[in-house]
Amino acid sequence: MYRSGQLGLPFDGYTRPDRAGTRGHRLRVAQYGTGRPVRWTTLKPLHSLAALLTLAFTLTATAQAALADDIAPRVAACIACHGREGATGGTAYFPRLAGKPAGYLFNQLVSFRDGRRFNSDMTHLVQHLSDDYLREMAGYFAALDLPYPAVTDRTDASAATLARGKMLAQEGDAARNIPACVQCHGAALTGVQPGVPALVGLPRLYLSSQLGAWLTDDRHALAPDCMAQVGRKLTTADINAVASWLAVQPMPADPKPLVALPGPLPLPCSAMPK
Amino acid sequence: MKSPTLRRTVSLLAALVALLALAAAAVVALNLRGEDALPDPPLAFEATPQQVERGRYLALAGNCAGCHTTRGGAAYAGGLGIDTPFGTVYAGNLTPDERTGIGSWSAAQFWRALHNGRSKNGRLLYPAFPYPSFTQVTRADSDALYAWLRTVPAADAPNTPHKLRFPYDTQAALAVWRALSFTPGTFVADAAKPAEWNRGAYLVNGLGHCIACHGPRNALGATEGERGLSGGSVPVERWYAPSLTSKREASVAGWDKQHVVDLLKTGTSPRASVMGPMADVVYRSTQHLRDDDLGAIAVYLQQLPDSTPAPSSTAPQRRDAGVMARGARIYDQRCAYCHGDAGQGQAGAYPPLAGSRAVNMETPVNLIQAVRRGGFLPATAGNPRPYGMPPFGHLLDDEEIAAVLTYVRGAWGNDAAPVMLRETMRR
Repeated sequence: MYRSGQLGLPFDGYTRPDRAGTRGHRLRVAQYGTGRPVRWTTLKPLHSLAALLTLAFTLTATAQAALADDIAPRVAACIACHGREGATGGTAYFPRLAGKPAGYLFNQLVSFRDGRRFNSDMTHLVQHLSDDYLREMAGYFAALDLPYPAVTDRTDASAATLARGKMLAQEGDAARNIPACVQCHGAALTGVQPGVPALVGLPRLYLSSQLGAWLTDDRHALAPDCMAQVGRKLTTADINAVASWLAVQPMPADPKPLVALPGPLPLPCSAMPK
Repeated sequence: MKSPTLRRTVSLLAALVALLALAAAAVVALNLRGEDALPDPPLAFEATPQQVERGRYLALAGNCAGCHTTRGGAAYAGGLGIDTPFGTVYAGNLTPDERTGIGSWSAAQFWRALHNGRSKNGRLLYPAFPYPSFTQVTRADSDALYAWLRTVPAADAPNTPHKLRFPYDTQAALAVWRALSFTPGTFVADAAKPAEWNRGAYLVNGLGHCIACHGPRNALGATEGERGLSGGSVPVERWYAPSLTSKREASVAGWDKQHVVDLLKTGTSPRASVMGPMADVVYRSTQHLRDDDLGAIAVYLQQLPDSTPAPSSTAPQRRDAGVMARGARIYDQRCAYCHGDAGQGQAGAYPPLAGSRAVNMETPVNLIQAVRRGGFLPATAGNPRPYGMPPFGHLLDDEEIAAVLTYVRGAWGNDAAPVMLRETMRR
């Protein structure tokens, strides 16, 4: 059977640069049936044959059952950008999906569909999908408990910029009425159930583009849109600083979103119903 | 004393003026064809609950919300821009708001808009509002739609002025267009055909306005009834609405009738699935229709006259071996997992590419769109958790898309023309 959390797709983001031809196809079949990577090159010929037969046999049963109702192959469209199991690394633009709060993921999917967030690929993909289905997709990715890739500490941001970013994230800017990131996103910035996302483990490019989207009025949530109120107070220098600092933070030992915040939210927020 | 030359010039000019006046009179007369005087004062209109419910259903059949409701916007409040080769036309506010909607319209004025393409204040409407089709809608159905629209919440949303280039932005140009391209019509049932066929014809050619996409357009941007549903380019969008009369495109003649109904009701069927603008039509319109109406549409579509063209050449297509090899490599990396090593697909999930009509169609524009933008089938009651395809627009460049599609159109017995770089470069 398919196990949740194991997509069993034989490639990351639809890229299989290492193989071509029929041998690769056999490998694909074997892996699809088990959801487990298999290295054929490490197996002896006889073992290979036996394993292939077993796995091919398993495939006929499991793949059919999987295709009948499993969500994983239905959302294979997502992983071309978001990485295998929605667990993309921190190097490119696309944000990780695995382990994010389900409510947050659902709200974003609905926002793309209903015109509150703008990304032409995302809107095109979800424009004809129902609330129920989007909720199921969100739940699937939220439930994936996968290790995070190591975060690089290499950056071209200056020490002063990083210090400014750290300050904004941890203390905010009282003079300009900007709350600290940690006030809503949790002390370790891993997010809060059900609606506040993690800010660590994301690419810098993604962070700065999303913060910029509040500044340019290109990202919205349902009212009360708490983050829009904060985001509109930021300058481009603030955004660069905080995105640069966040992008080089290692993942804490427990990367899961908090179940609840210790204190009240500094401002009302549609993502966090009372 | 007048010189003969001057006299000749004067009479020539007079003749010209007379001709122009005559032409103008003809245009005006042609624009008033089939138009009844509005009752003054307007007749009282009392809607019955049955009428309102029928109007709600008909609004779905006509996919009014497809243009008159924006993404996430108030229902029927208008505002969506429809791109045309002549500029952008903005859909109007259909809610009963007195100032910005149609709250002050009478049922007769609403009917005149649908039937004659004329607004409340007498202005001519642009045919992006598909009144060349809606003109066939009966007065009873028009009144039902009117009754339903009076019940939707009023939205204070002023209409956006159209952004059309000169001379298309003038009423005179529109009047000339209408004189040449629009005749008000009434649906006339064909007594020789069964009631089901006639109901299908009424829905397809009236409210369904299928011809708006599936019909070819002439240089004036008009669809031509006699050329029927033989395929058309969706204006500006770079999608092709395939011919419903060609067996090589999207004709459903010879299909199991239930498969046609399934396609329109669920977005998928054992024979085909919907993509692009048709996914939108299923999502917003046809999935909500009753089975008897979908059956009527199926019967009508299955009996459309056949216009399958003769094959242009029997010689196999010539393909560049290097491009094919490159395409095969890309296919193996990006496509084979879902669509299969031999393009066989996976039943119920990923469509087959081998032998697919959509793949082998003459124009590759829909394939280019599908590769570049991906997409999910519409979520419908019959297919609530559809499978999807990822967008490859940021992973494959124009040359790679051309190569992989050339391969797909030339492998496993497919034999469609190679896809050229100039085709994938067009946006």
